[in-house]
Amino acid sequence: MTEDNKSTPGEPSKAKPAPTKTTEPAGASASTPAKPSLGRAMLDAIITGNSAVVTFLAIVLALVVGGVLMILADQDVLDEYKYFFAAPGEALSSSWTLVSDAYTAMFKGSIVNPDSFSEGSIEDIFRPISETITQATPLIFGGLAVSIAFRTGLFNIGAQGQIIAGAVFASWIGFVVDLPPVIHLVFVILAGVIGGGLYAGIAGFLKARYGAHEVIVTIMLNHIAVLMLGWLLTTDTFRRGGQAQPIGKDAHENAVLPNLFGDNLRIHFGIILALLAAGIYWWLLNRSTLGFELRAVGSNPDAARTAGMSVARAQILAMVIAGAMAGLAGVSQVMSSTNPAHTLTPSIDAGIGFDAITVALLGRTKPLGTVLAALLFGALRAGGSVMQASANVSVDIVIVIQAVIVLFVAAPPLVRSIFRLRGARKGAEGGPLAAKETVGVQS
Amino acid sequence: MKLELRGITKRFGSLVANDHIDLTVEPGEIHCLLGENGAGKSTLMNVLYGLYEPSEGEIVVDGTPRKFRTAGDAIDAGIGMVHQHFMLVPVFTVAENVMLGHEETRSLGWLDRRRARKKVLDLVDEYGLKVDPDMLVEDLPVGLQQRVEILKALVRDAKVLILDEPTAVLTPQETEELFRVMRALRASGHSIVFITHKLKEVKAVADRITVIRRGKVVGTADPASSEKELASLMVGRPVKLVVDKDRAQPGEVRLAIEDLTVLDGNGQAVVDRVDLRLREGEILGIAGVDGNGQSELTQAILGLRAPAAGKISLDGQDLAGRSPRQILNSGVGFVPEDRQHDGIVGDFTVAENLVLDMVTQAPFGRRGSINPGAVRDNARQRVEEFDIRTQTIESPAGTLSGGNQQKVVVARELSRPLRLFIASQPTRGVDVGAMEFIHKRIVAERDVGTPVIIVSTELDEVVALADRIAVMYRGRIVDIVPPTTSRGDLGLLMAGVIPSRDPAEPAPAAEPDATGTEPAAPTATNESDATPGEEDPA
Amino acid sequence: MADTVIAPDVEAPVNPTGEAADVVRAAARKKALITGIGFILVGLYALWAFGFGTKSGVDAVFGMTVPNRDTTEVGDLSLPARAVAIAMSVLCMVAGVLRIVLDRSRLAIRLSIALFLIAFVIAFLVWAVAGKQMSFAGALQNTLLAAVPLVLGALAGVIGERSGVVNIAIDGQFLFGAFAAALTGSITGSLWAGLAAGMVAGALIGGLLAVFAVRYLVEQVVLGVVINLLVTGITGFLYTQLLQKDPEGYNNPGVFENIRIPGLADIPVIGPVLFDVNIIVYLMYALIVIVHLGLFHTRWGLRARAVGEHPTAADTVGIKVNATRYRNVIMAGAIAGIGGAFLTIGTVGTFSKDMTSGAGYIALAAVIFGRWRPLGAVAAALLFGFTSALATSLQPLNTSIPSQFLQMMPYVVTIFAVAGLVGKVRAPAAANKPYTKG
Repeated sequence: MTEDNKSTPGEPSKAKPAPTKTTEPAGASASTPAKPSLGRAMLDAIITGNSAVVTFLAIVLALVVGGVLMILADQDVLDEYKYFFAAPGEALSSSWTLVSDAYTAMFKGSIVNPDSFSEGSIEDIFRPISETITQATPLIFGGLAVSIAFRTGLFNIGAQGQIIAGAVFASWIGFVVDLPPVIHLVFVILAGVIGGGLYAGIAGFLKARYGAHEVIVTIMLNHIAVLMLGWLLTTDTFRRGGQAQPIGKDAHENAVLPNLFGDNLRIHFGIILALLAAGIYWWLLNRSTLGFELRAVGSNPDAARTAGMSVARAQILAMVIAGAMAGLAGVSQVMSSTNPAHTLTPSIDAGIGFDAITVALLGRTKPLGTVLAALLFGALRAGGSVMQASANVSVDIVIVIQAVIVLFVAAPPLVRSIFRLRGARKGAEGGPLAAKETVGVQS
Repeated sequence: MKLELRGITKRFGSLVANDHIDLTVEPGEIHCLLGENGAGKSTLMNVLYGLYEPSEGEIVVDGTPRKFRTAGDAIDAGIGMVHQHFMLVPVFTVAENVMLGHEETRSLGWLDRRRARKKVLDLVDEYGLKVDPDMLVEDLPVGLQQRVEILKALVRDAKVLILDEPTAVLTPQETEELFRVMRALRASGHSIVFITHKLKEVKAVADRITVIRRGKVVGTADPASSEKELASLMVGRPVKLVVDKDRAQPGEVRLAIEDLTVLDGNGQAVVDRVDLRLREGEILGIAGVDGNGQSELTQAILGLRAPAAGKISLDGQDLAGRSPRQILNSGVGFVPEDRQHDGIVGDFTVAENLVLDMVTQAPFGRRGSINPGAVRDNARQRVEEFDIRTQTIESPAGTLSGGNQQKVVVARELSRPLRLFIASQPTRGVDVGAMEFIHKRIVAERDVGTPVIIVSTELDEVVALADRIAVMYRGRIVDIVPPTTSRGDLGLLMAGVIPSRDPAEPAPAAEPDATGTEPAAPTATNESDATPGEEDPA
Repeated sequence: MADTVIAPDVEAPVNPTGEAADVVRAAARKKALITGIGFILVGLYALWAFGFGTKSGVDAVFGMTVPNRDTTEVGDLSLPARAVAIAMSVLCMVAGVLRIVLDRSRLAIRLSIALFLIAFVIAFLVWAVAGKQMSFAGALQNTLLAAVPLVLGALAGVIGERSGVVNIAIDGQFLFGAFAAALTGSITGSLWAGLAAGMVAGALIGGLLAVFAVRYLVEQVVLGVVINLLVTGITGFLYTQLLQKDPEGYNNPGVFENIRIPGLADIPVIGPVLFDVNIIVYLMYALIVIVHLGLFHTRWGLRARAVGEHPTAADTVGIKVNATRYRNVIMAGAIAGIGGAFLTIGTVGTFSKDMTSGAGYIALAAVIFGRWRPLGAVAAALLFGFTSALATSLQPLNTSIPSQFLQMMPYVVTIFAVAGLVGKVRAPAAANKPYTKG
């Protein structure tokens, strides 16, 4: 009864699973759907509101919320609403102007500025996209850091601290030694990976060894990292000489991530690393035994333990890998074009640690999803700063839009009821956003 | 109070759990609701208790139709329920649990604990339900926790009491005590709905019997009906009553456990100085009420729990310090008692679950990377061989029925050469067909010479499968006896009492030679669960 | 007859006997030994660093008069630094010895830990202040000021988690409460309206948390983080667009006046610290008592705890689980909102961007460190307030301990707490588990 299972070598590995016994699960009389046509499938998706549609609608809703907030915060427009019943057109049209100006500026700053076709150089045409990608780069690393932990059943709220740790290590290697080109950069990247990995490893270790809740520990480690950074920047080792402000020392030239298309576009080598990291993450999850174990531990730690996996090892490894990814975000923060002097500053993490959580959630902790979500939020960030400059709307609105998107994505039934869509099948949604455990009446 | 259910239907999506059920409970009767696991008994009672809203049908109390939207409505109508999984807050005292939702208060909602205690004590006296109102519920044994549940219902003036599988966690003696309380309640005019799948209990206590199968009422019966009649009503087709197996041919001692002690988180000994010898080609059944150390014993063998003292050796090799993975890889197959919890990963596909504990080994994994083709081939073979009913091998295992999930676990664990096979509750919550199949595979594994340990709280299953039975009570092996031992004696052993011996005397260490040579099973076949037709040996 | 069979169950919960008990005892012994030796080593360090590290013949002077309060002068406390530091270091070691010797009783364990902590803090302070002066009464005052929002936030956290909803959004409730209080107070010119607005704002965030956690079953930890981001964004945006452009009109609410309670406020040192404060602090005192008594002695509390421990059980006795959670989370939000209002109209008088600087997370830490009990959380909040007050007081003294390290204390202590290194902590069983019905 214990035959060996040898895979037939000639069989194409991508073959569709052969139709096995297609008997229905006991009791349930679900009909097996025939493969629908593409058009039919799309229509279905829109009517029932599957996850892609829900995501799209969530973005639309978030932009609406952002618009409302802009109107509420504009004194002149608000004043016109006092005469709303006398002249409703006035109030509405200036509201429209305000919001559309802002979002137009955002579009110009993040995708493309049509004016640049007639007036600008080739670099001007690509600048918005370059900015979007530049902003997205650390978000991809951060999003992956959160995603990997999520898949192992851990909430890594500590990307902020891990980014700081990675940045500190990278920055230190960046100024303390002077190595030849490429080699120096490799060491800087390794330092960032090690710094972030070690720092996250603390949380992983405490979780695995003492059962300390990783959410609390990572939150606390964030604060400790911020304070530690503040202290480091007062020490002679890190602080740039002759300056009162807490600013770190400049990195050597060879330690820097090179720009991809020259000095006029800020897009840099980090994006290549980020896509590589996303690829590694895909392989890890879907094709490696380690990823199999991480997912098993994340989904059902008891079954994983019973199947001989070490939950502690999985938790520690997941956190270390997550920290390594976050550390790369730290490298990118210090050593890329976004930081012209390539120095450590007290706010080196720039809020990426928390944005990373929203990136991972929006990307549903999948590799491609995370990249796309990071690009979206990168675009919001890139566009937001242009909007602030040209339309006089504070870039803080971007945080609101981001948070609202994620809130709506977290509650598909809410989005569906707003747009009066029929519900999708249960179980088709949720992912990392849904509560891990619920209590209820058992039948 | 007269309670009627008329045409109750409850659907969960496409699943019909209750299908037009009619049921009448007369005042002062013990009405038994008999049905297999998953027949829809508990769903029906949750509808009656206001936890589920019925899709169709009505509930009539004393001639008036009532709608129960919440449990509170049912309580107000005089219905009380003792759930299968106790609905008690572990960190509250008995009195707090009894008064919860029904609090005695002074002004501003201030709790009047003295009055609450007094109420509890009054009821304790009235029905002989002895329990200390100031104890924390988590410190009480299950038998007493059940009393607290009954007190909860009584303090709310319940006239109809629903008892959902109340005996599942009790020793035979505690069960007797429960029956005494039930009769006392009946005498005082309460009616009781007693839900169970155990035929002997039905016959012992019921006034009337309604049998449910697949969500439908399939008939009513008299307690005087024979077990065979009841069983065929319940199961719907003649069941195979016995496990076909030849007499065991025990060989060498393969697994030796010496003086094993395992502690729980609070430092209590949950496995207490256990000695066991297991021979090649025999099935050792471990009987006992839930929670007497059986799970911890198996977990210790698997390396999932570190023993505080003692030694476990397999084929002469000490297992101390080996990780669960090393032990599994060395040829130990393990079916955990709670498959959903420990056996499968619900989000994983059937194919992934079928290699859950083998993924690092050839041919599935090589140098850290997975061979998806091998995983799929394996899945196709197992699905075919074990008749696992699944839409595709890529379906999430969580979508399968309980029986098929169990087959996934059993298929996985039996799919490699074994030196030891351990199965805990191998057929819990599994339909009859799957049960027969799993029993057959277990016996077949024994017959190729693998030593097998079966842990089950179903005495019938242990008796049917085992060649020797070890009874556990509070972490100790009370005794090791042949399967021919009478139910009464087994019941006493499960309560920690050694029949016809001095009970004060400590449990003797099992003598492998004595039990090995005894004329274990003169019958070639043993009784099985759902055993209609056999007379009650007790 | 059957009664007698069951009797052993009733009478004798099994006690560990024989080897099992030995193992338990050995584990306790080992823990006592490790902790005790730890105390002694730290004591030795204190002796070396603080005791012998202090010059002899120098005094450490502690000011005991509460600054800026109308109160009787209290003389400064002047201590011979070296002698006291050495004595206290020795006491640390004594505590270690006691911990090893008296490893049986819980009381002895707690007392030895308390002795160790107090002795260590005094040794440290005397060393840091040696030859200089520090206002101890001022530090106490700062402790209270720092602790007020933490206490209120922690009470909110306790109520939420006891009801089964994890509230990571305390920080958001602070921030929104602070913002709303400042804005409303400025527009209406009434501090009371500002306080009310702070409560409403906190309750709104509580409501948002409840809707997503209870109705849409969103993972509560993630939810809290996202809500905090949302509030950071909204308040940051409105601050830039509105408040910053017209600070006179929108960000000038003023501050509640202190109310002096005659008699109580005349107690030396702690009198003016505790009883010459503004209305929000008195409100906090009341809330501490109300929440503690409410949670453990009223129907509301019994039901809230039942819902947080075993919601199904609560449902089966007719308690509306989700309604209870909604109500309690919103109410808790209002309490946290008061804490937020204190940040603006209770102390500094203006709103600034991200002004909570993570206070909500420290409040969360206090909930855990206080083991989900209101009084425990209050004690933890006071401890955290004390460390932050010390950081402020010691900064001008130029000690060799960077102020960042003192500020880290709450976070480090909390990590130790959740790692179970300072005793076991157990969260309400159903916290972060939404309740669903078929």
